[in-house]
Amino acid sequence: MNKIKNLADLRDLKEKLQSGTKLREKSEYPELLVQVKVAMATCCIASGSRETMNYIVDELEKRNVGAVITQTGCMGYCYAEPTIEVILPGKEPVVFGYVDVKKADEIIEKYIKGGALVEGIIPVNYKKIDN
Amino acid sequence: MADYKIHLLVCGGTGCKSSHSQMLAEHLRTEIRNQGLNDFAQVVGTGCFGFCEKGPIVKIIPDNTFYTQVKPEDAKEIVEEHIVKGRRVNRLLYKDPKNDKIITDSKGMEFYKKQMRIALRNCGVIDPENIGEYIARDGYAALGKVLTSMTPVETIEVIKKSGLRGRGGAGFPTGLKWEITLKSPGSEKYVVCNADEGDPGAFMDRSILEGDPHSVIEAMTINGFCTGASKGLVYIRAEYPLAIERLKTAINQAREYGLLGENIFGSSFSFDITLRYGAGAFVCGEETALIHSMEGNRGEPTMKPPFPSVKGYLGKPTNVNNVETFASIPVIILKGADFYNQIGTEKSKGTKVFALAGKVNNVGLIEVPMGITLREVIFEIGGGIKNGKKFKGVQIGGPSGGCLTYKHLDTPIDYESLIAAGAMMGSGGMIIMDEDDCMVDVAKYFLDFTVDESCGKCTPCRVGNKRMHELLNNITKGNGTKDDIDRLINLGNVIRDTSLCMLGQSAPNPVLSIIDNFRDEYEAHVHDKKCPSGVCKALMTYEIVAENCVGCTACARACPVGAIAGERKEVHTIDPALCIKCGACMDRCKFNAVIVN
Repeated sequence: MNKIKNLADLRDLKEKLQSGTKLREKSEYPELLVQVKVAMATCCIASGSRETMNYIVDELEKRNVGAVITQTGCMGYCYAEPTIEVILPGKEPVVFGYVDVKKADEIIEKYIKGGALVEGIIPVNYKKIDN
Repeated sequence: MADYKIHLLVCGGTGCKSSHSQMLAEHLRTEIRNQGLNDFAQVVGTGCFGFCEKGPIVKIIPDNTFYTQVKPEDAKEIVEEHIVKGRRVNRLLYKDPKNDKIITDSKGMEFYKKQMRIALRNCGVIDPENIGEYIARDGYAALGKVLTSMTPVETIEVIKKSGLRGRGGAGFPTGLKWEITLKSPGSEKYVVCNADEGDPGAFMDRSILEGDPHSVIEAMTINGFCTGASKGLVYIRAEYPLAIERLKTAINQAREYGLLGENIFGSSFSFDITLRYGAGAFVCGEETALIHSMEGNRGEPTMKPPFPSVKGYLGKPTNVNNVETFASIPVIILKGADFYNQIGTEKSKGTKVFALAGKVNNVGLIEVPMGITLREVIFEIGGGIKNGKKFKGVQIGGPSGGCLTYKHLDTPIDYESLIAAGAMMGSGGMIIMDEDDCMVDVAKYFLDFTVDESCGKCTPCRVGNKRMHELLNNITKGNGTKDDIDRLINLGNVIRDTSLCMLGQSAPNPVLSIIDNFRDEYEAHVHDKKCPSGVCKALMTYEIVAENCVGCTACARACPVGAIAGERKEVHTIDPALCIKCGACMDRCKFNAVIVN
């Protein structure tokens, strides 16, 4: 271990280590960030949702989008796996179907970064029982 | 290597650890490995979450799922359901005690809503044994800032302006203490961290040292720079083995990284910290007694002045601060005095950690802004009284503090208001009592503690408290006389005025404040020879109501001393001379025939 000899050393070290605990800081104020929920039931995983989730987490980080990505259970749209739900700060949730890596890329670029809707939206026609 | 997508934070504080949280963390790791998710999810052992009532706690990040009372056997289900499939394990989620509603997200819990975590900012968030996680959350940045761009006087100015006051109980302005130490002449000075936490029911210092030891190390080093000391000592009781272990690990890591030792941050300032173990005497939390104990002498207090800041350890100027005070320092330096002094009341700034104990739903550790009311703490954060009973009183400040009642519920919590109400901040222990607690018995309990812990040096404390204890004992046995209450008040006032140190000066507080607020209970014991809460055994009599008794003999068989007589199918009677008042007959009777007076 190299010793910390000045403030710059500490800053470098902090930057290197920061990503390790960033997730915990983000989770303190998720409503201010882009929230992505990836359906991860057995059927979703079989259709490749884990690859989708990994891709989204890594790409949002790379493209500097502050986001919290969580996994949820089956969303019910099993015909359209993998499905993801995206909540932009202050907006209604939008569910996308058939999200493979290519589709995920398009959603990140067009919807998450640009706010423009893309093909593949599943209309939400249910109500939640809580609240 | 890519970062983990999910973090599982497992509480590793003493409370949760004794409920097998370590084994739980191991099981979680194994299950994650079995699922091949090594690169996906990470298990982190953290410090205390504060929600000790329902430990062990597992918090899943980023969705903030808060699992309570998790057993090692639950690891498989959590990993298979939550981590693999994204389905929460409902049976382990927290239920709001008020309406039985399941709360999935810790942000929705009443317990956390009104809290503001400054001293506890890293507890339950980082791995205390990993300096990297502390640095990632701005750790040691305050030290770097002070050493590279500020002078000691400037730094002390910031602390003074922040309004921070000693969190050990007395509330002395921290910046002023630092300034006095700085101005005291001498080439050799010391920084001492007082980790001799002795109040029954208080465990904030332990939790900080277990959950975020680096914050204390960083602040002590800043203090060393500000006062001109190059040596730091932590006086910690040997009965805190986990805190000692984590502190040692942290000190070694800080040395490895060059954050303790010679020429820190390339400056000419050098500082190092060693540990001193105490044997757990309450009086050693008093700073002069603490210093004597560190010097290898008996832990007895001496007269102040001279204050330790002028003449302390080995006769040198010594700055003694409490753990929680130190833990607040790095935040004040980084965020500025104005950030801190906007929180709280006019004379009490910032936040304070309290340990909630007793008959409250959410037992645990909380940090709240000064000025919050007792009602908010007990009924919102604390979730109200257990089993729907009625609130009776709250003992604040441990055995040195006082007991407040429902009429004080809207008192804002700050140093001055608590003293005006007859209690004190103390280290922040809060013991909540309900209608089943006898206040005379509670007073006796706390006095019991101080009589035991008195060092015996001065007469008022050694003899006076003993006599007070005898008076209380007589009252609870039904032998109290009319004058006893006045005698207690007189004696208490003399002890308060004439004892040498704070231990003696504050020892009569619980007794006096309980007389103030619950005089009727004392009088019931003395005049009517009755204990209204049914706690003092000597004042109770068990009786059998003839109309209800069917003569089933169940009570007679349950009585361990054969005090119940009566033939089958005939009314039974209890012989009061033989009865030991254990209540076994009452528990056994199915016909409500046994009553207690």
